[in-house]
Amino acid sequence: MNAQDIMFVILAVLIVCSSIATVVTKSIVRAATYLLFVLLGTAGLYFLLGYTFLGSVQIMVYAGGIIVLYVFSILLTSGKQERLTENSRLKSLSALLLSLVGLAVVVGIFWAHGFIGAETLTAPSEAATPSMHQIGEHMLSTDRKGYLLPFEAVSVLLLACIVGGLLIARKR
Amino acid sequence: MEHTIFILLLPLFSFLLIGVIDMDITKTGKVWSHKAAGLIGTSSLAVVTLLSYLTAYEYFTAERLTDGTFATIVPYNFTWLPLGTLHFDLGILLDPISVMMLVVISTVSLMVHLYSFGYMNGEKGFQRYYAFLSLFTMSMLGLVLATNIFQMYLFWELVGVSSYLLIGFYYTSPAAIAASKKAFIVTRFADMFFLVGILIFGYFAESFSFSFSGTIQLAEGAAAFQTVNISKEVAAAGFLIPTALVLMFIGGAGKSAMFPLHIWLPDAMEGPTPVSALIHAATMVVAGVFQIARMFPMWMEYAPDSLSIVVWVGALTAFYAAAVACVQTDIKRVLAFSTISQIAFMMVALGACLPGHGDHLIDNHSSLGYMASMFHLFTHAMFKACLFLGAGCIIHAVHSNEMSDMGGLRKYMPITHATFLISCLAIAGIPGLSGFFSKDEIITACFAYSPLLGWWMTVVAAMTAFYMFRLYYGIFWGKDNSEAYAHHTPHEASWTMTVPLIVLSLITIVGGWIPFGHLVSATGQAYDIHLNTQVAVTSSVIAIVAIGLATWIFAGKQQPIAQKMYAAAPRLHRWAYKRFYLDEVYQFVTHRIIFRRISSPIARFDRRVIDGFFDFLAWGTHRTAALIRNFQSGNVQHYAFAFLLGALLLLLLMIF
Amino acid sequence: MIQIEYFLFVSAIMMFAGIYGFITRKSTLAILLSIELMLNAADINFAVFNRLLYPNGHEGLFFAIFGIAIAAAESAVAIAIMINIYRQLQNISVDQLTKMKW
Repeated sequence: MNAQDIMFVILAVLIVCSSIATVVTKSIVRAATYLLFVLLGTAGLYFLLGYTFLGSVQIMVYAGGIIVLYVFSILLTSGKQERLTENSRLKSLSALLLSLVGLAVVVGIFWAHGFIGAETLTAPSEAATPSMHQIGEHMLSTDRKGYLLPFEAVSVLLLACIVGGLLIARKR
Repeated sequence: MEHTIFILLLPLFSFLLIGVIDMDITKTGKVWSHKAAGLIGTSSLAVVTLLSYLTAYEYFTAERLTDGTFATIVPYNFTWLPLGTLHFDLGILLDPISVMMLVVISTVSLMVHLYSFGYMNGEKGFQRYYAFLSLFTMSMLGLVLATNIFQMYLFWELVGVSSYLLIGFYYTSPAAIAASKKAFIVTRFADMFFLVGILIFGYFAESFSFSFSGTIQLAEGAAAFQTVNISKEVAAAGFLIPTALVLMFIGGAGKSAMFPLHIWLPDAMEGPTPVSALIHAATMVVAGVFQIARMFPMWMEYAPDSLSIVVWVGALTAFYAAAVACVQTDIKRVLAFSTISQIAFMMVALGACLPGHGDHLIDNHSSLGYMASMFHLFTHAMFKACLFLGAGCIIHAVHSNEMSDMGGLRKYMPITHATFLISCLAIAGIPGLSGFFSKDEIITACFAYSPLLGWWMTVVAAMTAFYMFRLYYGIFWGKDNSEAYAHHTPHEASWTMTVPLIVLSLITIVGGWIPFGHLVSATGQAYDIHLNTQVAVTSSVIAIVAIGLATWIFAGKQQPIAQKMYAAAPRLHRWAYKRFYLDEVYQFVTHRIIFRRISSPIARFDRRVIDGFFDFLAWGTHRTAALIRNFQSGNVQHYAFAFLLGALLLLLLMIF
Repeated sequence: MIQIEYFLFVSAIMMFAGIYGFITRKSTLAILLSIELMLNAADINFAVFNRLLYPNGHEGLFFAIFGIAIAAAESAVAIAIMINIYRQLQNISVDQLTKMKW
């Protein structure tokens, strides 16, 4: 049990507990907060995997941007305390059952099939952890491992989202 | 003759105009709207009347054809529905009887329109009334101008509808509603036979025209239809044409209130009195007579024996209605039964036609009844309309239909009295007045047919004179109900109501002197009416005796003899008063037997089984829909649930 | 020893928590939060499979980055719509937004 294993266990417990809390808590502000914990824990997982850039993007975009956006909109739209789960017992139970069965199936598949090169979690090699520089090269290159087209597509998408968001949400 | 189309179109337009457009444009009161609707209706009808007179003048003054008949003119005819060899045509046919009917209908209708100005003044629904009058006039004119049986049937039904609407004019009165329903159902029931007759005729004769050319399809065994050229004998031997004609006659009997389908006519008196004058005395009820006359050549050629049905139905009706009329106390009912009786006279006359001698199928002498019937139709329309309109004036003045509320009215209403008396004399058959001539011809024709029938009809004629004068004395003579009138003295009606009376009574006086035989006769050739002196003298004497009898019994202030007679035969009086319980018999047959034994089990079957089946279908659909509607909730969460469930199942399916 | 597959268990739990929330939540914003959970679980899987199967490649990394970008775009537009709906109807409960249904 090395330090990475301990970190993983801590993060895993944090993520699992916060995920479940996100969907069962009664207060939507708390739900957003638990989601924040999930996202931060996910960033921790990325760090554990050696994807430091991805982890920092996760923190900056998700934790820093999206969650703040959610909290703002929650405060804007819900003046009064909102009841989040006011379902019939049947619906809750069936949803729970569906989720549990689905989970069991997926986990069962994972258990039943060994992955090629399944290995214990170790510190990743240098080649496996791309630097910022390499990522930038890949992003803007057009060769076999280049991602210029999706990059530009996403930039157009984001522009469209800015325009669309403004158009939809502006006061008339 | 192209202007004849306007005879149909003008009443139609005025019906649409009056019926659709609210004339009360000022919204201030009803006076203006009354006048507008009435003026439109009356003036369009005045034009129609002028056109009809013009048509009649042109038609009867035109050159006769070489065989001495008037040309049959068809100014308009277009095929409305072609169905292979059969085709439904709409058009206008002018021949002596349709032109004569044009004159009768337009004259009486104009008089009634004018009269209604006064009679219906202040009534609610005045505009609706005039709209229906126009509709009726249009339908009736269309009926007589029809070029074929099918068109005749169309307008026949339209006439029935407008009669229904007008009888039920006072739709707040339960009696009027019941009467309108009764009239509609009874005549509709009879019309069903008419329709069946038309269909049989149309199927086998392959034509809807009033006479067919002599080719007919007869079923040869069961195998094939063969077109054969039929002769008179074949048609007479086959019973298809006679069957069709008799079925059509049943339809006509319904419209013309022949026994036993007469029950609707007395009740139809619930309608406004001018309507009774127009529809239930002068025009619509003679449609049956007109129908027989229209089909007359066919009757003579193919079903001369079946005409005896017409004779005896007519004879029975004439006697029955006259007997009932003798004891009724409601003046409109008396007139209604008198109408039935008089129409029966026309029927009898038509039926009493004999085939011609020698080569001629029809000759004017043997078929004198045809001319007599049409003549009586013409004269009867005039004097009976006059009587009804006079009765309307009286009812207007006294506010009651009952004879017991009247008496001594001759002092208060001189014009009504005079015209009523003239009409009564005419219907009784006093020489010189129109009724004398036409009735005399009928009785002559009856004697020619069989002496029994001749005497029978003479007796009925005597009864006619008797009950008409009983009515006359009951209204205008006898006790003076001055104490009953104290709060409201009867007075002569306004000029719009008296002018029609005067006009109609003038026609009644001079109508008999029209050389009717020159205009309308069985063959179409001119026929000189010569009075059969024996018959004329007999019937005149009998009429005068009957009038004298009525005078003796009813003219006094007290009526001891009448009371004694009632006391002597109370049961007979009661039976006659109750119209020999025929309505009760109908009531029993329809309600107790047909409704209870036949209709209600069928209705139960319909409700339980057939409706039940469809209710089950609807119920099943409803339940299924209720079950599956949740699948289409529109809620994205449900869809997500279903989607995931499906994805999971697919996953499991692929794994195992 | 912790094996890399264990990451997958974490992401699976996150995924199905998101599904449960998506189905049961009433508030549309809470549904959006559940969607974020699911997207995040997918992102983890991209990264994990990259590390697990192609340690020297970067495809999973880039997919995760683009996934985050798209998640950001999605939530921005969705929140704009929610705010607009709230402005119109003073309500963002998913079972009461029926005005455009028929």
